[in-house]
Amino acid sequence: MSDQNGENETYYRSLTRRIVIIMVVVSLIPLLLISGTIRYFFQVSYQEKVADHLKVLIKKHRQNIDTFLNEKLADIRVVADSYTFDQLSDEVFLKDRLKVLQDVYGRAFVDLGVVNDHGIQIAYAGPFRLQEADYSQAAWFREAMQNQTHISDVFPGLRGLPHFIVTVQREHGGAKWILRATVDFDAFNSLVESIRIGSTGFAFILNSKGEFQTKPRTEIDPSREPYVSFLTAPSKGGDDVSLVEKANAAGDDYVYVVSRLKDGHWLLAFQQTAGDAYLALYTARRISMAIFVLGVLGVVVVAVLLSKRVVRRIMQADQEKQMMNERVIEAGKLASLGELAAGIAHEINNPVAVMVEEAGWMQDLLGEEELQESKNLEEFKQSLRQIRTQGIRCKEITHKLLSFARKTDPRPKDVQLNELVGEVVDLCQQRARYATIKINVDLDPQLPLVHVSPTELQQVLMNLINNSLDAIDSRGGKVEVKTRTEGNFVLLQVADDGPGIPEMYLPRIFDPFFTTKPVGKGTGLGLSICYGIITRMGGQISVNSAVGIGTTFNLRIPLPKTPTAQEGIC
Amino acid sequence: MSASESNKADRIKVLLVDDEEAYVRILEKRLTKRNFAVSTAFSGIQGVQAVRKAEFDVAVLDLKMEDIDGIEVLKIFKALVPKMAVIMLTGHGSEEAARDGIQYGAYDYLLKPCDFDDLVEKIKQAAGTGKTTG
Repeated sequence: MSDQNGENETYYRSLTRRIVIIMVVVSLIPLLLISGTIRYFFQVSYQEKVADHLKVLIKKHRQNIDTFLNEKLADIRVVADSYTFDQLSDEVFLKDRLKVLQDVYGRAFVDLGVVNDHGIQIAYAGPFRLQEADYSQAAWFREAMQNQTHISDVFPGLRGLPHFIVTVQREHGGAKWILRATVDFDAFNSLVESIRIGSTGFAFILNSKGEFQTKPRTEIDPSREPYVSFLTAPSKGGDDVSLVEKANAAGDDYVYVVSRLKDGHWLLAFQQTAGDAYLALYTARRISMAIFVLGVLGVVVVAVLLSKRVVRRIMQADQEKQMMNERVIEAGKLASLGELAAGIAHEINNPVAVMVEEAGWMQDLLGEEELQESKNLEEFKQSLRQIRTQGIRCKEITHKLLSFARKTDPRPKDVQLNELVGEVVDLCQQRARYATIKINVDLDPQLPLVHVSPTELQQVLMNLINNSLDAIDSRGGKVEVKTRTEGNFVLLQVADDGPGIPEMYLPRIFDPFFTTKPVGKGTGLGLSICYGIITRMGGQISVNSAVGIGTTFNLRIPLPKTPTAQEGIC
Repeated sequence: MSASESNKADRIKVLLVDDEEAYVRILEKRLTKRNFAVSTAFSGIQGVQAVRKAEFDVAVLDLKMEDIDGIEVLKIFKALVPKMAVIMLTGHGSEEAARDGIQYGAYDYLLKPCDFDDLVEKIKQAAGTGKTTG
């Protein structure tokens, strides 16, 4: 038995496990596929959007910076072309030109100077003392002498402050001279510094040697990757803006956007941490991951709970099936016993009949004259009466046995319910007496006849009374059988003061094979048969029960539609 | 088979058919004492033979016999002598069969073991019916 239980437990555990796995897999696969697909497409489209945005932004700023530089160069060129070398060599005149430029363009121009072909500044207008300054060794001077126009890199120069200059080269009297202007570094720097996106995105400019042309917001080493690659990559010219995602030396992912300006000599670089650039994407990713994890947890929890519940139901169903099998076997046994009892009762009838008739014959003979004088005549008569009485008792017993074992006759008849109640109660009285149960009868003397099968109704009433006797068997009590007329029905009520039926069982008590009695004591068929019989008659059967108070069964049997000739005679 | 020999004209002629011989014998004695002319048969076949040979007012027929079923014997009786009244004796379990018997022309049925006075009364009634209807 314990082996069987162990096997069952293993089976149910493995069943639970299988159901859990199937539920989890079936639920998670679509969830994974859907969330994976959405995540992938969302990520791709969001990254494209961010990249496009950054590229457009950098391109716009590069154009701004290029425009700024070209404007400054154009301004100087206008001055160089509008005035003669002699005029510009006059410092007073030059100061006036500087003033005009500063009036028009604000503080963008710091100073103006005229430099001869030996690199000597022959005229200067500006805040520094740079008259006669020698630029012959300066890199910008060499470049300026070779090109009509030139914009220098940022350098500290003689003044020791970062700045850059724009130059225009002209000729006078066969010798080259240069008009140079210093552009305010802060004005230029603010153009680039204003490019700020998110909390980590900023821009700066490098020259072709990797030197900063603007102040970066944080410390950056341009001699390391990826700037080395950017600087060494050949310029594609035009509006080329490139975006790459790379990890820096510390392993943090960065988005880099670079574009060349100043005819490819400078590199406008923008960098932002990937986490900052894709903040919304990463937030959405985190939220979706949290939802996914919660979903997985939910699916697993629900799968476990549901599986346990389903398996519990299956266990119950298996147990009920097992019980039902036992009860069917029990019912079969009882039916065989019933048939056996019927056979025996039938066979006993004949000898009993002979006995009774023999006793009758002796009584007949005792009536003859020659026996009238016998001194034991009374004794004989008494004995014969006793034989006859006991014979009749045997007959009643066998008739009762046969009543229960035979098939019931479903043919309806006009039945006086009160009489039928009397008969059944008489049959049950003996058992009730043994169990110290009193069966009270409360019959309506005006009860009309009903048209039903008496044997079936007898069976129903017997079942109900026996159930009541079973319920209060151990401690004594009372059963009351009552008849009443109720509209178009005759009410037959069987009430007991037994322990009552728990409410949870009430909806099931008319189910076949449902019983609260121990196995072997009840088939679970009695009330089901009663229900079948009464509903077939067009009647109703209902039960009221309260634990600790008792149980009442109400049968309502329909009155015939046409009134019967006879009336009750109780 | 045996038959009562005396006062046949006045008395009601009864044929008892039952394979329980002891029962037939004692009923014969008691009915004879009550002034019935009683003949006995201990099987269905004997009963049919008796009916072919002599006339009876009433037959008391057991339903459950080993050779022929009581209902079949009843049908033969009714075919041979329609006016003879037939009272059926039955165990309680074959009450339905007895009711069926009434459909085939039996006068009534009694449950075995029956009360002797009831039997006497039923035979008298049946004889009266048989005579008036016959």
